[in-house]
Amino acid sequence: MQKVTREILLAKAAELLAAGTVNRVLGWKAGEFTYDVTPALFTTAAELEKDFVYGPFSGANFSKYLVKETRRDEGKVLVFLKPCDTYSFNQLLTEHRFDRERVYAVGIPCDGMADIQRIKDQAGDGVSGVECDGDNLIVHTLYDGDKTLAMADCLAERCVNCKSKKHVAYDELIGETGDVIDSHRFDEVEKLEKMTEDERFAFWQNELSRCIRCNACRDVCPACTCEKCVFGNPNSGVENKAISDSFEEKMFHVIRAFHVAGRCTDCGECSRVCPQNIPLHLLNRKFIRDIDNFYDEYQAGAEVGQRAPLVNYKQEDLEPSEAVERSGNNA
Amino acid sequence: MQMTEFKPKIVAFCCNWCSYAGADLAGNNRLNYPAEVKIIRVPCSCRVNPMFILRAFQRGADGVILCGCHPGDCHYTSGNYYTRRRMALLFSMLNFLGIEKERTRVEWVSAAEGAKFAATMNDFVAQITALGENKRLEDLRCKK
Amino acid sequence: MRKCSTANLDALLRTIAENASLYLPVDGTDGRAHFTKWEDGVKMSDALNTVRSAKDFFFPQTENLMDFKVEGKTIEIIDTREECEDFVIFGVRACDVRSFDILDRVFLVDPVDTYYKNRREHGIIVSMACTRPSETCFCRTFGIDAANPGGDIVCYKEEDAWYFDALTEKGQALLSKLESLTEECDTAAVDAQKDLIRERMDKLPLADLTADAFGGDKLNTYFNAPEWKSLSQSCLGCGTCTFVCPTCQCYDIKDFKTNKGVQRFRCWDSCMYSDFTKMAHGNNRTSQLERFRQRFMHKLVYFPANNEGIFGCVGCGRCLSRCPISMNIVKVMKELGGNA
Repeated sequence: MQKVTREILLAKAAELLAAGTVNRVLGWKAGEFTYDVTPALFTTAAELEKDFVYGPFSGANFSKYLVKETRRDEGKVLVFLKPCDTYSFNQLLTEHRFDRERVYAVGIPCDGMADIQRIKDQAGDGVSGVECDGDNLIVHTLYDGDKTLAMADCLAERCVNCKSKKHVAYDELIGETGDVIDSHRFDEVEKLEKMTEDERFAFWQNELSRCIRCNACRDVCPACTCEKCVFGNPNSGVENKAISDSFEEKMFHVIRAFHVAGRCTDCGECSRVCPQNIPLHLLNRKFIRDIDNFYDEYQAGAEVGQRAPLVNYKQEDLEPSEAVERSGNNA
Repeated sequence: MQMTEFKPKIVAFCCNWCSYAGADLAGNNRLNYPAEVKIIRVPCSCRVNPMFILRAFQRGADGVILCGCHPGDCHYTSGNYYTRRRMALLFSMLNFLGIEKERTRVEWVSAAEGAKFAATMNDFVAQITALGENKRLEDLRCKK
Repeated sequence: MRKCSTANLDALLRTIAENASLYLPVDGTDGRAHFTKWEDGVKMSDALNTVRSAKDFFFPQTENLMDFKVEGKTIEIIDTREECEDFVIFGVRACDVRSFDILDRVFLVDPVDTYYKNRREHGIIVSMACTRPSETCFCRTFGIDAANPGGDIVCYKEEDAWYFDALTEKGQALLSKLESLTEECDTAAVDAQKDLIRERMDKLPLADLTADAFGGDKLNTYFNAPEWKSLSQSCLGCGTCTFVCPTCQCYDIKDFKTNKGVQRFRCWDSCMYSDFTKMAHGNNRTSQLERFRQRFMHKLVYFPANNEGIFGCVGCGRCLSRCPISMNIVKVMKELGGNA
């Protein structure tokens, strides 16, 4: 398979800018230490040449930025989409959240993105730079010299459990698209389901109690595109800026996950951004798994215009009591 | 046996067209059900947002029951079908978080089923009484 | 200077904990360090810094200010303040120690915040020098010396021993209680460590970053700078940077209706939020650009303008490693400062 490099993307972006197909490019901007890549808009080839990067830390899902970008009456924007991003892209289109006419989408293959925390766990703190070398990463450290880590050991959780290498939306494709993967993404959910009620409660109490309500999970989520979030609305009665009682963290996370149930494509951004390392994707995956088990297999964003499972029904649907019985260990 | 003074607080969301009328019928027929049940009338069971259920727990409920028309009989044709899916997922999620599954229930009660309404409430209150106070979804501020 | 052998550290911590609640960085189940209450068997983390800063001890994320109890037509106002008990925070890094000075300048000036003052008076800070500063560290930019972290007691960890020196009366009092576990020693080992730290600080990737281009008189230079647009364009508007920041001190006061009355509490607020300082007329900052600008202008311009040139940042690097889009004060300083 063709390996996507910065040069290939750069050439493509410059070509599309020059041809006038697009007038700006949504891309990744270099930071201080290789891994701190920031999503940014580029408008000229010179800007791209200077700051555009693509590498193992170009993980941010750009789909949500299209909501804001396509509202500007300024021609087309070029966006690079990894396979997982294309699902969010389709889901947002299904919900009419952005104007497809104002986007030029280039699909790019992806072998998985790195998680700097996993790298630091192995190489120690003080990572001044990271270089790719085939299937390895060469990590420059401040105190322990260079360390070579296998990329496979540095992958973000969502990439270890990648669900699809297939691009479900694009105007143009660089390289080849792949297939939907039979992933192990529900293993962790299953493990929790098999625990006892008390164990599950203890697990989540421990995880969720770290929440600081920064709202990063909500703000980054491509499915959370409400103009005004119920948790940010002082008139809703549930708005809170910080957790004052342990009830609130549960309320927030249950409702956050519920609001995107059936619309969440499992892109994993929520867990990526969580400053407290809470495995938020497990809540979303629980809903996805339940939807698959209770109703029909459903992958949000697989096609534009699908009817989401929570705005759908069948006369023979199972009863909530049965759902709970089937949902896990009830000891 | 220890003395149990525990009287649970139960919130029952009842749809206007079937279950609320069912509760009314239970009353007309002089059927008993515990006073711990506080009924909140909603236009349709699908009016109940998952947040309502969590809020009920926050405010001190020990159990929450949602009653609507039987599937197929919804006054708005399909409202309760949506309710059924939503609550299936919500209850499953609460269970996943380790909240006792007995604390939540959905029951379909028609306007003609006064007896079923009373029996359901008696059963649910007994179940929650046996289970005890809601500790896992409580808000300590509301208990002060 | 007093020295405690590494073998005796547990005993030393136990002795401290006998007299006051002791908190120290401990690795959590998530593999990251968090300040945790010491109890037997708890092992101190080797991590450079905690995810959340030490400001939580003096300025917690939420705290109750007062209660109102409503009965019939009477409203009773209940003062919920209690005299705080003594506590010790162990292993605070130089950046976080400086953050307390910054918070003091907000909460201990007239009108004094009694909630904050109470905790501040009862808290003893045992700081710790950083032998392995991280790539994200830039405390020196703000004149902080990681080799002399300050606090009530300063400590230096070496392979075989821990070295302690009291810097304040409070610190002296605590250290004197630990006399049986420590012995008087010379400063040779500590001096060597200080040299090592300074040498390492010189080599950090951000060692050359300066804040010279910023200060209280730079309002007009930067307020309308065109760079804010590109800097803020991908900001998500979440509160991560604010909440992990040791110096962010904005808060909101809110009422929570309990079943029997009202609880008035304050909680951290973030200038990145769309409802920050919302008033009757609406919001005074309606775009993310304005909110984003507020945060950095506050730290680099407004704060020094009101505090003898002291910046509202301590260079701890938490925002550098936690921001979901990796936008941070270093990038802002470099982008703006380059054009000043």
